[in-house]
Amino acid sequence: MSKKLVKRIRRVSAGAVVYLAAVLLSLFFPYSEARAVSLELLVYLAAYFIIGGDVVRNAVKNLGNRRILDENFLMMTATAGAFLVGEYQEAVAVMLFYQVGECFQSYAVNRSRKSISDLMDIRPDYACVVREGETQAVDPEEVAVGETILVKPGERIPLDGVVIRGRSSLDTMALTGESLPRDVAEGEDVVSGCVSLSGVLEIRTTKKYEESTVARILDLVENAGSKKSEAEHFITRFSRYYTPIVVACAVLLALLPPLLLGGGWTEWVYRALSFLVISCPCALVISIPLSFFGGLGGAGKEGILVKGSNYLEALAATEVVVMDKTGTLTQGTFKVMGVFPRKEGVTEEELLRTAAYAESCSNHPISGSLLAAYGKEIDGSRLQEAEEAAGEGVCATLDGKQVYVGNDKLMKRLGLAPADAEEAGTIVHVGRGKEYLGYILIADEIKSDAKAAVEALKAGGIKKIVMLTGDRREAAEQVAEGLGISQVYAGLMPGDKVERVEQLLAERSPGGKLVFVGDGMNDAPVLARADIGIAMGGLGSDAAIEAADVVIMTDEPSKIMKAVRISKRTLAIVKQNIVFAIGIKVLVLLLAALGAASMWAAVFADVGVAVIAILNAMRAMRGSRE
Amino acid sequence: MKKTYILEDLDCAHCAAEIEKAVGRLEGVSSSRMTFLTQKLVVEVEDARADSITKEIKKIVKKLEPDVEVTEK
Repeated sequence: MSKKLVKRIRRVSAGAVVYLAAVLLSLFFPYSEARAVSLELLVYLAAYFIIGGDVVRNAVKNLGNRRILDENFLMMTATAGAFLVGEYQEAVAVMLFYQVGECFQSYAVNRSRKSISDLMDIRPDYACVVREGETQAVDPEEVAVGETILVKPGERIPLDGVVIRGRSSLDTMALTGESLPRDVAEGEDVVSGCVSLSGVLEIRTTKKYEESTVARILDLVENAGSKKSEAEHFITRFSRYYTPIVVACAVLLALLPPLLLGGGWTEWVYRALSFLVISCPCALVISIPLSFFGGLGGAGKEGILVKGSNYLEALAATEVVVMDKTGTLTQGTFKVMGVFPRKEGVTEEELLRTAAYAESCSNHPISGSLLAAYGKEIDGSRLQEAEEAAGEGVCATLDGKQVYVGNDKLMKRLGLAPADAEEAGTIVHVGRGKEYLGYILIADEIKSDAKAAVEALKAGGIKKIVMLTGDRREAAEQVAEGLGISQVYAGLMPGDKVERVEQLLAERSPGGKLVFVGDGMNDAPVLARADIGIAMGGLGSDAAIEAADVVIMTDEPSKIMKAVRISKRTLAIVKQNIVFAIGIKVLVLLLAALGAASMWAAVFADVGVAVIAILNAMRAMRGSRE
Repeated sequence: MKKTYILEDLDCAHCAAEIEKAVGRLEGVSSSRMTFLTQKLVVEVEDARADSITKEIKKIVKKLEPDVEVTEK
């Protein structure tokens, strides 16, 4: 609690005691002609100024600045009016409840501010940099690229870099929402914001603080609030007209009926004063942005970064989800799925070793997966010669023998008879001398949660799920079938993807939104063209963070539906607040005009509604419940 | 150049909007963005006015919300 708030609470409580005394006074010493009425009035006035002195002070000052539609001024006018019509008790009570509500509102706003900033608690306080053999703690912003920093267990990695010594497991929870720690060792890249759990890491920085992951995420989250949603624009427009209209109605209500019907000034002025109490649109002005902010925070906790309230709002209307295959639904890394020797006496190990050696000099992604599957040191001296045959494979001399590793074309050119492989994926044939040895199947692995992700999208009411890929038809259809996606476009160049998305955009119903999900590597034009572009695996990929509207920090496609769900939940809360706040206010305004609602009801319609709306808004922060 | 201010104890959303508007009207300011929830005011201002602007912003805040403390970040 802030000091200012504590002071305010103390003052209001003191005033409440005086107010109670005043009430007792008027109860036990009922009004009599003989005794001066002013004693009672005096005590009420004292209570009034103790409780609402600051309101009066601000009101008078605002009057000097010609701001008559200010909350303080309206509240002062309403209560002063109540004094004039002789409702002392009610005048003080209205001020008291107004102040209690304000304190509560202030407390609630502070608390939600704090819990939101706790969510974003990834800012490193210092960096331990090694300079001239000595370690010193400095501001992360002062560390240059290429310096060495030290991260002890329990500390947060302050800047992006590469591990030069040590190994540890990293807690990436704050960045990705992923609870399993990630192991890192020498030579591996690490991103700022992760907490080192077990060992001391020596890291050479590769980025300045401003360009490091943690700074970019914080920047993104803090600026997300500035891209306003339709609902927020509506509230701004609404509040611009609401207060003047209510105040104008109050003036008419005080003047017209008595003039037209004659007499009854006190009664009509009292009703008009209730109007002034309800004339602030605070409940909406605070709770709507707070709901969106909470929704953004809740999504962030799940590792989903949404770049603005407008995108969070749009996600709820998702109708079409278009997904890229490689990197989004599949791992995007090729893996050896099977080794098939086709010659007597050749073992799987031998086949794999031959392929791995031959490909060891190539930088093709296929060679990486062969080496990974082989898993042993390559002894370079056994390999005499290696030559790449473009678009076909590699010819090499291994242990003095000619070996060939490549596709159908290569085998046929060399006069070998490759086996007919039925499996979907990339087939790598291996030949030695004049003999065909067998083949290796390499395929892209489908992500473990991809099927569940597609099912969740279907169950969540997404009308159309489409998969796009530059891959060949067979591979694409096999993946799509396994996942239950019926609409597939394969063999697309990057430009074709934009065309397809434009076609799908034209087909969607008015109001429906098209979401494109890609890994952000070369999808930038499509990400930009879609209503909402979602980039997967944002950790470390600058291109993705730039181009997309939403960044999913983990590699899980199941987060797509989660984002939509958080969006729907946030919008539901926003709608509840709008309907509730406007509904209660209009209702109390009507009742007050008819004389059926007292000023008490008006105070509730003002601060009570604001507090309830704020509490409701804070629910948006809790993320989605399954 | 971009300047960032923290407006501590700002707890009135309406005042936040007023402050944003008033700062935006200052001479040499091309954009003013107040985020109520982070209590942060980000101002884009001409370099020549960079020094004098802080004082003027403090004056505006003092007038609209006397209890709020402005610190430059």
